[in-house]
Amino acid sequence: MAGSRTSATEVLGRGHPWLSLAPALCVIAVLFGGGLVLGLAGSFAERGGGWSLDAWAQVLSEGRVWRSLGLSLWIAGASTALSCGIGLGAALLLRRSFPGQGLARLLFQINLTIPHAVGALGILWLLSQSGFLARLVAGAGGIDTPADFPPLTQDRFAIGIIAHYVWKEVPFVGLILLANMQSLGDDPESAARTLGAGPFAAMRLVLLPLLMPALVRAGAIVFAFAFGAWEVPVLLGQSSPAALPVLAWQRFTSPDLAARPEAMALAMLIALVSALLIRAAFTARR
Amino acid sequence: MNMGLLRVVAGLVLVCCLVAPLLPLGLWSVARGWFFPQVLPATWTLEPWARAFAPRSEIPGALLTTTTVALASAGLALALGIPAGRALGLYKFRGKALVELALLAPVIVPGIAVGLGIHGVFLRLGLTNSMAGVILVHLVPTLPYVVFVMSGVFANYDAEAEAQARSLGARPMQVLWHVMLPAIAPGVMVAGLFAFLVSWSQYILTLTIGGGRVVTLPLLLYAQAGAGRNDQAGVLAMLSLAPGLVILALTARQLTGRGLALGGGAR
Repeated sequence: MAGSRTSATEVLGRGHPWLSLAPALCVIAVLFGGGLVLGLAGSFAERGGGWSLDAWAQVLSEGRVWRSLGLSLWIAGASTALSCGIGLGAALLLRRSFPGQGLARLLFQINLTIPHAVGALGILWLLSQSGFLARLVAGAGGIDTPADFPPLTQDRFAIGIIAHYVWKEVPFVGLILLANMQSLGDDPESAARTLGAGPFAAMRLVLLPLLMPALVRAGAIVFAFAFGAWEVPVLLGQSSPAALPVLAWQRFTSPDLAARPEAMALAMLIALVSALLIRAAFTARR
Repeated sequence: MNMGLLRVVAGLVLVCCLVAPLLPLGLWSVARGWFFPQVLPATWTLEPWARAFAPRSEIPGALLTTTTVALASAGLALALGIPAGRALGLYKFRGKALVELALLAPVIVPGIAVGLGIHGVFLRLGLTNSMAGVILVHLVPTLPYVVFVMSGVFANYDAEAEAQARSLGARPMQVLWHVMLPAIAPGVMVAGLFAFLVSWSQYILTLTIGGGRVVTLPLLLYAQAGAGRNDQAGVLAMLSLAPGLVILALTARQLTGRGLALGGGAR
């Protein structure tokens, strides 16, 4: 056996997996690692060529930055909680056959392939004060002018942004959970039922704990995306406070060159939050 | 209310919510002057589509740019990602968890967090404002995706068949071509098509590195909507949906929910 395994590795002419990994790792190291290192260096850069903590001091002492951070955490937290909750419900709904099940599953898959920019524009045209929903309400005699419709986009509570992420991520969470349920099969739950558990107890005490690791990982991915995406809050968010990625981009494109290091510091702040998430998600896997 | 009826009602609500944001996009692409409080367009017309493909329109160019970038980026991601996926799927070695972490991180860390720094790297290399730069930067989201799909494929791949072919006298290239490739072909197709889709959907990395000179469909979509040309934005939105639908149809047989969910389409 040992002999045949060696010859299998020799087939590629590569005795060691590192040789096959090297090209991909190099590209990720240069692009991703290089991007992080230069971003970090840029946040400490001074215009004359020296180093300073000015950008960090400026960024961390600015009330606007903290409000943006709070807003982004709110967007990501609310989107994650709703996506996971509704996604779980949808997965439980879609695992049994009923009329329309196939259509809903197909729409889940289609939804995943839709670019965020397209979905965000759709949400804007659906929920804005002169949007499709407002027109339906007006048609039913509920309102007279667009101003009568509650602001659901570019609003204080970021409802439009959260609506977009929930719309986009419920299928993501749902499909991951469905795949997990499929590989678990019905056995764990039916065993619990045989032992006298009711259907609800079997679900809560047996199925949910089994699904938890997948749900946590999916939730971490949703959180990181909702926290760090730019194209959604830039379209659906109000201008002040802006979501943290939008603020970073404003500084990056500001004609004032002194704002560049601040943009880099904000980018590093976003990277830091997602690094903490990766850590949390990886710990949950073990 | 009985459970069966409850399921149907809940399913109906779900379907309506999933379709709702796409409705105004589709309607605008066949509307002229559709204003509040009209629920449906007063005039239905294919004019927006004719205008989108008229000689002075930017849309055909953006379509070509987006397709070229996505094809090139997916191709590169496959070339780099298949060997890496093979290593991760077939072998156990020291530092494997660290490698997986290094390859997972770009999926989770948001584009803007690395994009601003990558802009600095590419500025030194003369790659900013160019299509080549955009193709390369799209490897950040596409390559990890290909590696993970391929490592899953290779985890179920029987490397013993290669040893058998070899003992029967096949040369390494023959083994690759006649033994490995046929076995992994469906996985390669899924990985490649979804890498294409991930690149197709990128926004902020394209904007950062392309500097607004490399105009892809998502960028043009926002530009047209921002300029109030809603009908053109509607056409762009419909065009942006197309590859996802085609790819779903092509891969329907290969896909389990998990494989698709991993792609996450736009990320």
